[in-house]
Amino acid sequence: MQNDLSHLQDYLPVLVMAFVALGFVVTTMVLTHWLGPKRKTKIKSEAFECGIESQGNARSPFSIKYFLVAILFVLFDVEVIFMYPWAVIFKDLGLFGLLEMFTFMGLMIVGLIYIIKRGALNWD
Amino acid sequence: MLTEYAFWFLSFVAIFSALAMIFSKNPVYSVLSLILTFFAIAGHYFLLNAQFLAAVHIIVYAGAIMVLFLYVIMMLNLNRLEEDKKSTWMKFLSVAAGGLLLFVLLAVVKRTDEITITAQAANSDCGLVENLGKVLYNDYLLPFELASILFLGAMVGAVYLSKKELA
Repeated sequence: MQNDLSHLQDYLPVLVMAFVALGFVVTTMVLTHWLGPKRKTKIKSEAFECGIESQGNARSPFSIKYFLVAILFVLFDVEVIFMYPWAVIFKDLGLFGLLEMFTFMGLMIVGLIYIIKRGALNWD
Repeated sequence: MLTEYAFWFLSFVAIFSALAMIFSKNPVYSVLSLILTFFAIAGHYFLLNAQFLAAVHIIVYAGAIMVLFLYVIMMLNLNRLEEDKKSTWMKFLSVAAGGLLLFVLLAVVKRTDEITITAQAANSDCGLVENLGKVLYNDYLLPFELASILFLGAMVGAVYLSKKELA
């Protein structure tokens, strides 16, 4: 029982932050709907009140370039995540740890060079 | 006691949102339900004292991978409301494949009855970042380095498939 409670107490800041984040979103959404004036006309409820008129709907297939950027982001995201536990115990690992991270990063950099040389991020 | 309540709540949310994912007609709602499932599972990781896994699960799965799922859905043509008509042969094959998967899962579950290890992870420290790092960068060095080759393959594959040949 004692262990149980102390274990949960460690996560109290995380819980508080989650509640604050959620509470902020819910409060702002409720307040804006409640306080703001409502005058609904056909023109007001259009997607763009001014500027270019919208054509078609949102369900049109879009370019694969966005997907390429997203998937490359995910790959480098996971790469950085591998560095977090490594950085925590960096001093214990010593030179060996540095070398193994160099091998890892070396292969990632080969990939990065390929991406840049191939012009995968160019928006032509 | 509190942990138990949290466990039941999270399990309920996980199973319910997983069912919502399967049964919703709109693929975007499916993805949103799947995100809720991932959050519930991340809560389970917190209960098991695996903080790093929980954080990574939220950042990578609920954040990044789900964005990719949404992108894939947006690449499909969603203007057609009716589903494709599938042939009888196709239906038969899919039932057979699903039945085989169910059989394997049931066989696995039946075997685990013999193993009666109680999870005591809530009080252990094996999920903390420091301990995880020690295991990952000493005992599981080869899988870690192989992961970078996997990343390289994924990068080259993604670029190769989506980029037109430079003349």
